[in-house]
Amino acid sequence: MTTEALRTGIDLSRLRKGLPRCGVYLAILLLIVYNIVFTPYFLTLSNLRIQLIQAAPVVIVALGMALVIGTEGIDLSVGSVMALAAALIPLYLGYGVVAAILASLAAGVAIGLINGILVAKVGLQPIVATLALFVGGRGLAVVISEGKLKDVRNEDFLYLGSGDFLRVPVLVWIAALLVLVVAFVVRRTVFGRRLLAVGGNRPAAELAGLPVKRVLIGVYVLCAVLASIAGLLSVSRIQSSDASAVGLLIELSAITAVVVGGTPLTGGRVRVLGTVAGALLMQLVVATMIKHDLPPSTTEMAQAVIILVAVYVARERRTR
Amino acid sequence: MLLEVAGVSKNFPGVRALDGVSFTLQPGEVHALVGENGAGKSTLIKVLTGVYQPDGGELRYQGEPARFATPLDAQRAGISTIYQEVNLVPLMSVAHNLFLGREPRNRFGLLDEARMVHEATEVLAGYGVRADVRHRLGTLALGAQQMVALARAVMVDAKVVVMDEPTSSLEPREVETLFGVIRDLHARGIGIVYVSHRLDELYKICDAVTILRDGKLVHTGTMAGLERRKLVSLMIGREFGEDFTSFTETPESVLTGEPVLRVTGLTSRPRLRDITFEVRPGEVVGLGGLLGAGRSETIKAIGGAYPVDSGTIEVDGVTLTRPSTVRAVRAGVATQPEDRKAEGIVAGLSVRDNIALAILPRMTRFGLVSDKKIDAVVATYMSRLRIKAASPDQLVGDLSGGNQQKVLLARLLATGPKVLLLDEPTRGIDVGAKAEVQALIDELAAEGLGVVLVSSDAEELVEGADRVVVLRDGVVVGVLTGDQVTTEDLMATIAEAAE
Repeated sequence: MTTEALRTGIDLSRLRKGLPRCGVYLAILLLIVYNIVFTPYFLTLSNLRIQLIQAAPVVIVALGMALVIGTEGIDLSVGSVMALAAALIPLYLGYGVVAAILASLAAGVAIGLINGILVAKVGLQPIVATLALFVGGRGLAVVISEGKLKDVRNEDFLYLGSGDFLRVPVLVWIAALLVLVVAFVVRRTVFGRRLLAVGGNRPAAELAGLPVKRVLIGVYVLCAVLASIAGLLSVSRIQSSDASAVGLLIELSAITAVVVGGTPLTGGRVRVLGTVAGALLMQLVVATMIKHDLPPSTTEMAQAVIILVAVYVARERRTR
Repeated sequence: MLLEVAGVSKNFPGVRALDGVSFTLQPGEVHALVGENGAGKSTLIKVLTGVYQPDGGELRYQGEPARFATPLDAQRAGISTIYQEVNLVPLMSVAHNLFLGREPRNRFGLLDEARMVHEATEVLAGYGVRADVRHRLGTLALGAQQMVALARAVMVDAKVVVMDEPTSSLEPREVETLFGVIRDLHARGIGIVYVSHRLDELYKICDAVTILRDGKLVHTGTMAGLERRKLVSLMIGREFGEDFTSFTETPESVLTGEPVLRVTGLTSRPRLRDITFEVRPGEVVGLGGLLGAGRSETIKAIGGAYPVDSGTIEVDGVTLTRPSTVRAVRAGVATQPEDRKAEGIVAGLSVRDNIALAILPRMTRFGLVSDKKIDAVVATYMSRLRIKAASPDQLVGDLSGGNQQKVLLARLLATGPKVLLLDEPTRGIDVGAKAEVQALIDELAAEGLGVVLVSSDAEELVEGADRVVVLRDGVVVGVLTGDQVTTEDLMATIAEAAE
């Protein structure tokens, strides 16, 4: 093969194919380079810490969202699950840190079960099924917390959201660990492989004898549990629990991260690392804008452009 | 002449859907339009009703050359269509549906609700529909909805009514009402194009018949002048020796053991009634019949993917209770669905993942999926079925139809089934792959599997099956064994009326 054939034959087609997969990483790289050059104090340890800490909850929620979207679904209730988890923390901290964490995780499991059963057994469309708990979940959380903001002062619990381990925030360690766990689940477990089949072609998965309903319920439970982890970590970070504010609009940030990360809304594919990168990219965009004193409205419009570009690039690949 | 189609052709990328087809309809004539899947019936209807524009040929309506740019054009000219699926608005009231777009108005230009309700009640009574017309259409039975659609079609001053399988979702009583309406239209000089696969109906209600096959006109004439057998052979129509199949006969001596599949009294209203047959190890049992006879439904019911009202399914002596796809697969039933893309392959996954799909729990080590184990299985089946793919990682959606089908078969075989249910296993795949798949079916049967084969290709069915169970309208109407397994006997059995 001549070098010319190599250049024209491979470069172009590779770029076409590779763009949706690597575009998000490329964008992050560009932003980082830009910031290093033009933004003062970007490359400081404290700034990087802040960026990662702020991105962590979105990353955790987006991981679950990516799984749900992989089954051709969507989960709007993640923000409400966070609120519910947050509301339960001050209630159970008296029984110890472990009890409080277990209580908020249990709330996640319960909500996930309800979502999953509505989708898999009742047959509701995911957007409608999870809309119910999107509305009701936060209401319940506000009722549980009696509508009050409650300070949390348990040192052990605050360590999760505000402490360091090996000079890296514990929060970031936890997010990183969850990324690995979810990536592992998708790639190496029977559940993960089945999830992709169900999302790719549900009738085919059914005819092949897969327990489709169980898989779907499992996915919604996993998503809600991840959201409840994000919820309790948020409480730990801001050192107070406010059910009416925790996780507000996070479902949109999570869906954005998933889409920008290259996971198609049509199901059958989950990009775990892409989702992480999507969340980091959106975080970096916001941070860059703030550092350059641009108003929030400009930031929002920039985010909109990124979402459209991501969807457009993905569309090109499908019609190829 | 009310409507005339002269030498019309229609091409789609890679397919000639209509090839110089001519068709005439007289006023007051009920004209049957028949043909198997892909014969060109739907395309012809769509040309008549303005959905498609013909690439060649001419359309004449009431003696004038006509051109319908849109379905609305055709409707305005007086050509109404009733589709197989009712396309009305289920959430609006019956009366609103009936008058949609032509609602009666009072002198202020507002909707005259009272008059609409009154007229609708009156009109529908003539169609045997006695329901409160103020209720939503969706609350009516499917048959009644069909009647509303029909009433609507006729009310718009139609001169031609095209009916595409109007009885497919009707109960016998409703069919009678429909026929009453058709006779009435006939008397009023309205021309009817009637598409159906139910031969009894055609002979009962139609005056003339036009048969299409592979986009070409093969026969047109009076209904009474065409024998049933002749009709069926013209539809399926394939002379002996014209095509080859790669099946070999199974010696009777092999077929001894106890049945591996026993279906008794399988009923699923309204599609299937009291279906009984059995399959012995090593035997290929064909399910014959025309489209809509209940072949695919039978296959799906056995595979756990179609609701069953009564009857039993026994696999290897064990009765399947509460049938579901999961239980059927576990019991050793593997189903290859008719629609490969929609229900078979997962196009976005690799060849490897598609093959391993149904056996993942066995492909694990310490609870985790083992690629090593999967690769071993995948390699075995890829070479055995001669699956041509760049690598096991290639997406199945990028393979040819034949190779996709082989991947699907590999997935089924990997589950180690006792019974293989194959619904149109060679549809849409090229000749070479077809021969390979056919040879494979033989080979699998020889290894002791029980195979149920559905094929619209009469030749394939007859050559491939050791026995053919013939269905019509969801009922077993005959079983061909031994020397009877010929295309002639098959056609005769399909054609015979249940007298």
